[in-house]
Amino acid sequence: MNDMDALKDSALERIAAAQDGGTLEELRIEFLGKQGSVSVLLKTLGAMTPDQRQSEGPKIQGLRSAVADALAARKQALDNAGLEQRLASEVLDLSLPAPESPRGTVHPVSQVMDELAEIFADLGFEVKTGPEIEDDWHNFTALNMPESHPARAMHDTFYFPDHDAQGRRMLLRTHTSPVQIRTMVSEGAPVRIIAPGRVYRSDSDATHTPMFHQVEGLVIDKGIHLGHLKWTLETFLKAFFERDDIVLRLRPSYFPFTEPSVEVDVGFAIENGRRVLGGSGDAPGHAWMELLGSGMVNARVLEFAGLDPAEWQGFAFGVGVDRLAMLKYGMDDLRAFFDGDVRWLEHYGFSPFDQPTLSAGVGARA
Amino acid sequence: MKFSLSWLTHFLDTRASVAELAAAMNRIGLEVEGLEDPADRLAGFCVAEVLTAAPHPDADKLQVLTVNTGKGDPLQVVCGAPNARAGMKGVLGLPGAVVPANGMELRKSAIRGVESNGMMCSVRELELGDEHDGIIELPADAPVGTSFAVYHGASPVFDVAITPNRPDCMGVEGIARDLAAAGLGVFKPHREEHVPGAFPCPVDIRTDDPDGCPAFYGRVIKGVRNDASPDWMQNRLISAGQRPISALVDITNYVMLAFGRPAHAYDLARLSGAVFARRGLDGEQVLALNEKTYTLDSSMTVIADEEGVHDIAGIMGGEHSGCSQSTTDVLLEIAYFDPERIGATGRKLGLTSDARTRFERGVDPAFLDEGLDILTALILRICGGEASQVVRAGDPPHTPRIIAYDPMLAKRLGGVAIAEAEQRATLVALDFVVSDDWQVTAPLRRHDIEGPADIVEEVVRIHGLDGVESVPLARTDGVARPTATQDQVMKRRVRRAAAARGLNEAVTWSFLPTEDAGHFAGDDQGMWVLDNPISEDMKAMRPSMIPGLLAAVKRNLDRGTDSLRLFEVGRRYFRNADGSSLERPTLGVVLAGDKAPRSWASGKPAPFDAFDAKAEALALLEVAGAPTANLMVMGEAGSQFHPGQSATLRLGPKNVLARFGALHPRTLEHFDVDGPVVAVEIFLDAIPARKGASGFARTDYSPPALQSVMRDFAFLVDASLPAAELLRAVKGADKANIVDARIFDVFAGPGMPEGKKSLALEVTLQPAEKSYKDEDLKAISDKVVSAARKLGAELRG
Repeated sequence: MNDMDALKDSALERIAAAQDGGTLEELRIEFLGKQGSVSVLLKTLGAMTPDQRQSEGPKIQGLRSAVADALAARKQALDNAGLEQRLASEVLDLSLPAPESPRGTVHPVSQVMDELAEIFADLGFEVKTGPEIEDDWHNFTALNMPESHPARAMHDTFYFPDHDAQGRRMLLRTHTSPVQIRTMVSEGAPVRIIAPGRVYRSDSDATHTPMFHQVEGLVIDKGIHLGHLKWTLETFLKAFFERDDIVLRLRPSYFPFTEPSVEVDVGFAIENGRRVLGGSGDAPGHAWMELLGSGMVNARVLEFAGLDPAEWQGFAFGVGVDRLAMLKYGMDDLRAFFDGDVRWLEHYGFSPFDQPTLSAGVGARA
Repeated sequence: MKFSLSWLTHFLDTRASVAELAAAMNRIGLEVEGLEDPADRLAGFCVAEVLTAAPHPDADKLQVLTVNTGKGDPLQVVCGAPNARAGMKGVLGLPGAVVPANGMELRKSAIRGVESNGMMCSVRELELGDEHDGIIELPADAPVGTSFAVYHGASPVFDVAITPNRPDCMGVEGIARDLAAAGLGVFKPHREEHVPGAFPCPVDIRTDDPDGCPAFYGRVIKGVRNDASPDWMQNRLISAGQRPISALVDITNYVMLAFGRPAHAYDLARLSGAVFARRGLDGEQVLALNEKTYTLDSSMTVIADEEGVHDIAGIMGGEHSGCSQSTTDVLLEIAYFDPERIGATGRKLGLTSDARTRFERGVDPAFLDEGLDILTALILRICGGEASQVVRAGDPPHTPRIIAYDPMLAKRLGGVAIAEAEQRATLVALDFVVSDDWQVTAPLRRHDIEGPADIVEEVVRIHGLDGVESVPLARTDGVARPTATQDQVMKRRVRRAAAARGLNEAVTWSFLPTEDAGHFAGDDQGMWVLDNPISEDMKAMRPSMIPGLLAAVKRNLDRGTDSLRLFEVGRRYFRNADGSSLERPTLGVVLAGDKAPRSWASGKPAPFDAFDAKAEALALLEVAGAPTANLMVMGEAGSQFHPGQSATLRLGPKNVLARFGALHPRTLEHFDVDGPVVAVEIFLDAIPARKGASGFARTDYSPPALQSVMRDFAFLVDASLPAAELLRAVKGADKANIVDARIFDVFAGPGMPEGKKSLALEVTLQPAEKSYKDEDLKAISDKVVSAARKLGAELRG
């Protein structure tokens, strides 16, 4: 055992025993500093003969790297311990709540209108809008309801005292049908539109509110007949309710603006206390529910709108948007739609990311 | 319209069941809204004979009966009716039966200790009338044990909704005609022989208003007895929901309900001189049969005599000349009134009646003589008397509509091919006349038939809409084209962006209490205020989105909600110069209550402030496509806002895209809401449409090659200088180098000179080709400082 071995043993032992970075630095200076014991040994190499250097050199170099490695390893170990100790003092109770972000919602009426736009876009329908404060010509006369028409009285119309420049009485539109007239007048034919929007009737009870939403559909083209109407309504309702078993029953009815006029019933069953559309209303456990009004556009309406009934014909339909929403998403009180109760909005409202698409299905599943 | 099956079968020979008839009515456009079978209500009640009657041992007013029900041993029944006696026949309700009048289910029971196995019933208990003095006494030949429903002839009652175009079906006969055409049986029209007059009509009848009353036929019947009408008629009227009154009144009602033909019977003794149709006089009054007085005017047609008005023509008779029990001589009126005038008069007077409903939709102009014959025959048969000759003043319309029809139209318009023979048969069954070359003559009663489409409706509805096959609309090739307009896409994006920012979309009423609307109305434009609101709370069309949302906030806060973020996308209602409606699409946001609840991290709840409103305004404007970087923050948000904590966002000095800020305490006071509440209104139609967005490719990507450099500046400015002005000046100081500037500190107060504040800006410089040298940076700094100086800003040392 020579001095070098003793130096090495003692150095490694003391390095291993160092408890902090300061001690370790002192040891580095003691061994590897300019005047350090190992450095001094290294300097002796210069005075040696080539033979001595041949034999002593590797030993001294080995000693130097052993000490350097030990210093580095110990430094790493001390750093690790220090970090662990710091992290141990930084513990958070992550069972505490994170900052909340409010959850916004889209109103069911908007959602359903987006769904309608999506479905009908696939069938080539554009979305059109018109004024809610209408004149009586667009709301009634042009729709084949002259002033004396009993159907006018049945509309429970809200009137304004005002008249427009042509002397027409101003009112709140009772249906979205005036948009039919405005579209035909401004764009001619062919036409394929839906017109969703607010409508108003002076009526208020559990199932009626003085303001509600309707969507109107209008197709004007050559050779359009009742069969196209039936297909369109079936196709729309199957897509909207995402059910292939929707069955419609067409009943003759009367609307001044269509001839023939057709009331459309849809088959449903009661499941868990709710109306679920699907199946024939004549099937066991099923019944029919009146859903929408429709018909072939009355030739007089086409004439009022400036189209030649000998050339063009088509169909129109109208259905309550709120009603569609209720049937699809299960609300049972129409009045709550317009109350702005944030509990209701959060319960029945939709995520902004429920943008209806054909590929994902237009409906947002519960 | 309600009517019983037995009434219907008076006009229709059919073997169809009630269900089949109801289904057929639905199929052909006569919507069955209700179907009630009185037999269901009378289940468990049967004809029974009282064998013995003995006093109840423990009750003075009760008797103990033994009753033969035709089956098994006689039953013991306790009865309180004074007229119960041995040998009489009556109606027994058996245990399990439900008493129609009170819904009580009968049970075997003990009454004062005596067993009772049912109940002998009164007329009132079975809801067959008002009488309740005792139990029903049936004739001696009533068959014991028969179901009372069968014995009574209870007939199912249909309740059918008649659409306004079919006044011809506002009588049972018309419904029978339609059903027969649909193959449900054979139509049996009811007509009466003409009774020739025994003497000249003593009353001079004429029409002085041939526009309002083109035809007025009448005759007098003398020597009538106006007692109760016969049971068969009463039963039919009851099935229709009408209360029998007296024979003469019931007969006119019956003719109206059976044939859709209103008529009127005057008590001749109450008339003086000629009876004629004329225009009302302005201010003239009449007491109508509903015991209300109506003031007439010269637009209304009336029937009058020399003394005054006796009938608001076609709507309601006068009380003065109505028939009563003492009536012995009557004048019958059957007239044709102009439907439009009837409607206008009814609307003006606010008076509805069964007669008006029929006249304003149009009665059968060809049914005056036939109707008068039926009335005469019924009166003579029921009330006796002797009829005068008929007087006919004027003529009803008698020119039928003839329509050139192409049977192929059923397919072309109705979508269903129907054989020509079937179409012809249908039309003939509906009383149309069809020539060999398809000139179709509509019966006069069918006022709704105006053109070929109406003929299509007739043949298709009778053929059955079930036969219409679905036919797809033509599709464009390939994937459907987008249809949404730029405006629609913008609204969808804004709506979903608002929801993604944590706002809840509400839909509030378009109309407001006038005061609430007025609080938000501008001075320049009159509000739209309804003439006939459903309530004072829904009267004025909203000039702003905020009041409706604020009312919703109030309701929510009252329910205990502590944080509200509501928005609505809707319209505000103004006027165009020509009086038409100007409806401005608008987004409203209201933030109320706590922005964040109290929490372990932040302590107290934080309220919303005007900057929260600004954040929503800018974020949503950005989504809506507004050039938000170019917007100016200016004042004049409106008197509804806190004057020091609100602003408008404008594109140029005139174009206001949005207003936002804290609401004025007075506004909150008006809506009874505790503040602070902040709000935003974005005027979506003021946002300029994006230009040149035709393609999809973005502009070229060219990130700067060199790193940007930050420099901080602090300026001392007037306390009143808007920070954005300094920012704008600094940004514009050297557009080639300054790419951004941001305010990171605002300081006023201790250490600052009076009336001054310090604004600190972080300016981002972007070198283009080579890195900045010290002199470059100095030059840029000098430009910044000198631009700021123009606003009176001094660089702080």
